[in-house]
Amino acid sequence: MALLEARGLIKIFGKLTALNGADLTVYENEFHGLIGPNGSGKSTLMKCVAGAEIPTSGTVTFGGRDISQASPAERARAGMSLKFQITSVLPALTLYDNILLALQAQCSLPSLVFSRSRGVLHDRAMAMLEQFRLVDRAAEPASALSHGQQQWLEIAMALAPEPKLLLLDEPTGGMSLEERRVTGELLQPIKKKCSLVIVEHDLDFIRDICDRLTVLDQGSVLDCGSVSHIQSSARVQEVYLRRA
Amino acid sequence: MTETTQTTSLPLPGRVGRQRRWRVLPIIEVAVLVIAVLLPFVLKDYLTIYATRVLILCLFALSFDLVWGYAGIMSFGQAVFFGTAGYGVALIARDLGVTSILLVLPAGLLIGFAFALLLGGFLLLGRHPSSVIFVSLGTLTGSYAADRVARGWYYLGGQNGIPSIPPMTLGSYDITEGPVYYYMTLGILLAVYLLCRFLVRSQFGLALAGLRENEQRIAFFGYQVQRLKAIIFSFAGAVAGLAGSLYAFHEGFVWPNMLGVVISTQVVLYVLFGGSGTLIGAVIGTVAIEAVSFWLSNSYQDIWPIILGVLLLLVILFRPAGLVSLILSERERVGNFGRLPEEGDRGSS
Repeated sequence: MALLEARGLIKIFGKLTALNGADLTVYENEFHGLIGPNGSGKSTLMKCVAGAEIPTSGTVTFGGRDISQASPAERARAGMSLKFQITSVLPALTLYDNILLALQAQCSLPSLVFSRSRGVLHDRAMAMLEQFRLVDRAAEPASALSHGQQQWLEIAMALAPEPKLLLLDEPTGGMSLEERRVTGELLQPIKKKCSLVIVEHDLDFIRDICDRLTVLDQGSVLDCGSVSHIQSSARVQEVYLRRA
Repeated sequence: MTETTQTTSLPLPGRVGRQRRWRVLPIIEVAVLVIAVLLPFVLKDYLTIYATRVLILCLFALSFDLVWGYAGIMSFGQAVFFGTAGYGVALIARDLGVTSILLVLPAGLLIGFAFALLLGGFLLLGRHPSSVIFVSLGTLTGSYAADRVARGWYYLGGQNGIPSIPPMTLGSYDITEGPVYYYMTLGILLAVYLLCRFLVRSQFGLALAGLRENEQRIAFFGYQVQRLKAIIFSFAGAVAGLAGSLYAFHEGFVWPNMLGVVISTQVVLYVLFGGSGTLIGAVIGTVAIEAVSFWLSNSYQDIWPIILGVLLLLVILFRPAGLVSLILSERERVGNFGRLPEEGDRGSS
């Protein structure tokens, strides 16, 4: 069953058409990769899905509900979570507080004021830090982490509220080869828990973890299917060779 | 409280075993409180009255620190809530003859809250988050407009304001300026300070920290950022209203300046000078600026505003985190919000 369906998304910025009728379908517990040359509209499509941009036209349905005009907060409350392309952890806060901040987002106001969920969320915060190999640095400010570790922290923050759909925009950007390998390892266990849409330039990385791929070119979907289908697609080969 | 980051037993890098560091913030807070309690014993009567006024301004400064230092909302119009509450209680006393502390202080608090909710609702509760500039200019305009309205409205006394407000009462006892008013104000300031401290160190405080650090990011977690801003803005308005009502009864009159841009800007300087986002910085900044102003105005009657201006510029240029940053680390200023991870928690999941 489709968890996310984006149909005919068009996004125009001034004279630039970033998306030109793009479609995206993501099924439950599926790892779905978005690939394409630079400027093909991958990040814009991701932003339209997450609510960072409202599409000029087209619809986005999530869990059967039309969320095309919903705010990012409404989408998050519906079970969608985003990791931005540019790392946006909260540098002054500790790692632990960064995770707690993500975990407590849907608590009621009285619960926040009287810190009622602090104890309940503690174990979950520690579990996320443990899962992402950051527990030893829980009490340090996020600014003390390396770039790769900040990326892991942000993935942990996005995963902490147990979303139905996780959107990752270039999670391995700026990482070393070893850090990319570890990121792949860290993402594998979440497959049983949620669906994933990932934008990534590293084709080896995306091939290793994704079930299906959507290839974008100039704001439109060029092809969509399994990894083996995309690998053997002449149209995809042509676009990548043309840009190379 | 939970701000004992440095005492965690986690094996942090570069640290061997359990290491305990003194936390500076509570020491500063207790020291300030002790000095404030002892002050009337060493001050002459007229200086106790001046010190009371400063304490009321400290309360007012707390309201600005809440919105700017904790939630990142730049309000250049805190005087609107300070002044409207002052005018409100002055009218209640003048026209209704109600001066009971049990009625006028809650009334001032509610007036400040209501006006902040009104202005905050207009400026902050749009579909999209408001920019800092929009809110700054909106609040500044609100302050200027309130000042002009008060000056032009005969019922409010026009340029002269409302003079001869009767003293606040508790039963048959008149609470007049002097040591009694001082200790009453100190008690209220302490209670509000502790309430604010509780709030900013709670999980709600963590949400505010997220708001201040990266408003857009936390919206993607599901936080309703505009609503959070309106809540803290209204709460801060209530604190400013409480300060305004205390000020009105202490001075015995209210006048349009209480609503205007000058005092709105003054409170920004108090907080920036002392150090925003610490609460105690707001108190220290207010006391420091008022004390230096008092001393300079006596010693250098003609040029004291220039000297004060240069002093403020120097601190803001070279110590942008304010006076408290001289002794308070950035880590302690930001603080911790969750229960600290203990060694036994590792792998507890």
